[in-house]
Amino acid sequence: MGELRKKAQGLAAKPWFRMPRQPMLRHLSYAAVAVVFLYFLTQKLSAFNDYEVGEIAFYVVALAGLTLLTGVNGQISLGHGGFMAVGGFTLALLVEHTKWNVVPELAIAIVTSALVGALIGIPATRLRGPYLAGMTLMVALGLPYLTNQYDSFFGGDQGLTTPQPIGPASINPEQWLAWIQLACALIVLILLGNLLRSRFGRSFRAVRDDEIAASLAGIHVARTKVIAFMVSAGCAGLAGALLALSAGGVNSAEFPLSISIYLLAGMVIGGTGSLMGVWWGAILIVYLPTSWAPSLANHFHVNSQVSANLAVIIFGLVLVVGMLVAPGGIQGALRWVAVRVGAYFSPDGVPNMKLSLQEAPTDRAVHDSESVTQADKPGV
Amino acid sequence: MPVLEIEDLSVSYGAVHALTDVSFTAAEGEVTAVLGANGAGKTTLLRAITGLVRPRKGTVRYDGEQLDKMSVEKIVRHGVAHVPEGRSVIEEMTVDENLRLGALWRFSRRQRGPVIEEIYGLFPPLAERRRQHANTLSGGERQMLAIGRALVSRPKVLLLDEPSLGLAPIVTARLMAVLRDLTQASNLIVVLVEQNARSSLSIAQKAVVINLGRVVVCDDAAKLAGDTELRHHYLGY
Repeated sequence: MGELRKKAQGLAAKPWFRMPRQPMLRHLSYAAVAVVFLYFLTQKLSAFNDYEVGEIAFYVVALAGLTLLTGVNGQISLGHGGFMAVGGFTLALLVEHTKWNVVPELAIAIVTSALVGALIGIPATRLRGPYLAGMTLMVALGLPYLTNQYDSFFGGDQGLTTPQPIGPASINPEQWLAWIQLACALIVLILLGNLLRSRFGRSFRAVRDDEIAASLAGIHVARTKVIAFMVSAGCAGLAGALLALSAGGVNSAEFPLSISIYLLAGMVIGGTGSLMGVWWGAILIVYLPTSWAPSLANHFHVNSQVSANLAVIIFGLVLVVGMLVAPGGIQGALRWVAVRVGAYFSPDGVPNMKLSLQEAPTDRAVHDSESVTQADKPGV
Repeated sequence: MPVLEIEDLSVSYGAVHALTDVSFTAAEGEVTAVLGANGAGKTTLLRAITGLVRPRKGTVRYDGEQLDKMSVEKIVRHGVAHVPEGRSVIEEMTVDENLRLGALWRFSRRQRGPVIEEIYGLFPPLAERRRQHANTLSGGERQMLAIGRALVSRPKVLLLDEPSLGLAPIVTARLMAVLRDLTQASNLIVVLVEQNARSSLSIAQKAVVINLGRVVVCDDAAKLAGDTELRHHYLGY
């Protein structure tokens, strides 16, 4: 082990590769790596697995928006399923009434849901905590069912159909759709990553931590909160539109309350406020309710009433246990490990915080450990 | 010469009258000490000036402009900086980020660097901790950071609420010396709310004593410090 450690220390002293410091360049290089990885992944996978990868991608989009709103800006939302419905129905209506390309359709879905987000976000600036959760809950419950009220326009229970976009003939449609969805996810992550590094990101966090201090620093608190809501709802709308493409149609039953709750739980489990953590949350949302929970129910022969709700129960359990064991979620736990491994191999034994992938740190444990280690070492 | 003018300012919280007809002016290059017992309305006065509470009547003017109808961030952008009680800093941000936050609306990204270095020059202990999160700072360092964040936007009016609260006497003395020099060097209008009358009178040119929401004394600081009877009656020393 000593040999290995020495070797690693030698490497650490002379890094052969360094990520660019400029945020846009750095995020683009992460994305480039992701593109190569995901390209080969989708090539290897079956059509059904491609479909699941696409699902993960649109949940990444929705979770990234939610983590910006709740994790970074501190506004809780139980209504993101509602914003997804807005995006999904917007796309479906455009498909029905126009002959446009999928790109402008997605763009309009984003804009529409961002505007609805502003409508909800403006009164939300006056509410906090449980009251805000209650109000956004109404969005999740109300908005999808509103479409049932206007049957002729929204297609009632049947909903509207959204045919899959057709790519080049050589590529199968599932793969093409998965690529579109993955491209959207990567673009959203790059843009949000940059946004969080910008003055807006700093304002979002300042407003979350102390509204009075933020306003005394010249930040327009209400405007900042509404902007966060709009960006977040826009992401949810894009996710909803991408979901509609996967499902081949939209109807109100596609956006149940559970989707909003899964999103909130997935965000917390992935790592609140972490843009990288959303991948973990998305994987959980895709596989837990449809694949893991049913096979678990089969294995233990539980009755149908339990098995129908098993996913929600597991989500709740994971949430409670997760928060006790790893308050920073999966991403926070990974960073915790990375920092410690880094400390073991670094020449002075001090954790290197640059290892952390997250722009907006919320994991207190990591910071505390850093300051303690520094205080313990004389002369550091 | 621009002054901060407070005229007939009254603030009430429901049926409780926190301030009644408070009037005084604070001039450039001077420290105006606001003194008084607990519950006298000193904090409310500062909160009313920056719009954190709305006055029931009366006006606040700076340089002829009426501030009391503006939103908080607009008042801040008119050059009024407020350091609230309890060293309000953004705990989850580093020292550097807190300072950047204060400079955000005022300076471009390129200008921010040198402006922040100036603050580090003013408060050297902060420079050593610039990458540390604000929740790891000591009380005195936090207060320095809170004041630094207010100063980084180069305000014209600085409102300080109990900056010496909970600080060691030597830290307070250093803080007061920095404030005194800064007030003269940058021609600031400083309104200093303090329980600690002795230390604030030592750097103030003017003093306003508030008792139960009313101004009872408004005079030269030196005169108040010399008047044993007044001092004894209102300031308790």
